[in-house]
Amino acid sequence: MNTQAEIDQEIEAAAQQPGGPQPRIDYAPYRSSVLRHPKQPLHLVDPESVELWAPAFGHRDVADDEADLTIQHAGTPLGERIVVTGRVLDGDGRPVAGQLVEVWQANAAGRYRHQRDQHPAPHDPNFTGVGRCLTGPDGTYRFQTIKPGPYPWRNHLNAWRPAHIHFSVFGTEFTQRLVTQMYFPGDPLFRYDPIYQSITDPKARELLVAQYDHDLTTPEWNTGYRWDVVLTGTHRTPLDTGDPS
Amino acid sequence: MSAVPGQTVGPFFHLGLACPQMNELVPPAHPRAVRLHGRVTDGAGAPVPDAVIEIWQADPRGHIVRRPGSLRRDGWTFTGWGRAATDPDGLYSFATLEPGSTVEGRPGFFAVTVLARGLLDRLFTRAYLPDDAEALAADPLLAALEPDRRATLITRRAGHGLVFDIRLQGADETVFLAYPRLRDAWT
Repeated sequence: MNTQAEIDQEIEAAAQQPGGPQPRIDYAPYRSSVLRHPKQPLHLVDPESVELWAPAFGHRDVADDEADLTIQHAGTPLGERIVVTGRVLDGDGRPVAGQLVEVWQANAAGRYRHQRDQHPAPHDPNFTGVGRCLTGPDGTYRFQTIKPGPYPWRNHLNAWRPAHIHFSVFGTEFTQRLVTQMYFPGDPLFRYDPIYQSITDPKARELLVAQYDHDLTTPEWNTGYRWDVVLTGTHRTPLDTGDPS
Repeated sequence: MSAVPGQTVGPFFHLGLACPQMNELVPPAHPRAVRLHGRVTDGAGAPVPDAVIEIWQADPRGHIVRRPGSLRRDGWTFTGWGRAATDPDGLYSFATLEPGSTVEGRPGFFAVTVLARGLLDRLFTRAYLPDDAEALAADPLLAALEPDRRATLITRRAGHGLVFDIRLQGADETVFLAYPRLRDAWT
């Protein structure tokens, strides 16, 4: 197993290569990526048919209380209570309204409620770490949760992930589908983490870091973080905007 | 505006993404149900047991339905969207209806999203119905591909199902897609 110092060298070498604002899917410091990325270039195609539309979700799919990860059990979860909120926007700045946002995360001790997570940190019987919501008319999503802890993994010796919340987001078109991770400002583990560093453009990876926002912090209750999710642009023309059927 | 970068779905996605019947766009006992299934493999040909496949499709008449209910199936509403996780053998499976042609003369297809641990960003592809040779030949995407690569996007019929294997890397690597606005976000 490689040491952190060896991975650091690989991260540094990769950072010298020009990278776009997306992660490099061919990023060897993240060992699991080596055999799991296509080597052929992506084939550029104009979206058509269903690709110009996104699946629809509604209140049938998501109950209002699923946006609060701190009330899913009889007791109160341990950890720092936080609000995470922001807007889902398309690449032209338009809000994505009424669309599904899904999140999952570790608990305050850095343990996922998942059988494959064997990190010997305690589970929290009052915390599952799963939330869903629909965006509002202005694209706003909002979750109340617990700040997740960092946790170890086996990419290399002494590998630790910075604290993060997984986000799954849909746009108004199939082409805008995004699955990513939101991070917290100033995390000392950023520089050591090959998943975060797979986005080799520093400005681009900072787009995954939420901002602390004191206006979202409420007295004697929670601290607050703001994070806007900008998707790629849409392809539909005005002629396409009627009912698809 | 700069699009937010993707990140891997990681190993613990079942926690956040799993829903009952998420891979049953129709109940398997539906008289017109078809099984869309396949294996996800890596560059060494090994199964990928921690991938998520999502499909989005038209209904059999070629209508793009936009109805909620994919996360809480009622057994009657066809939403056109589904999600499946691969099993320890890298296999995934959907119960669904065959997508009709949304444009005269074009072949029906499933729009497919692929996510996995080890895959740093999601991938897009298409899974075409195999039957209408004329429509497949006239399809602009398929026509632009070499014949052996074209074959990676066309399902094959086996029993009551449609088989669509997804090879993330290697000699018979699946064709994955980028859309123009996605490309713009990279430049």
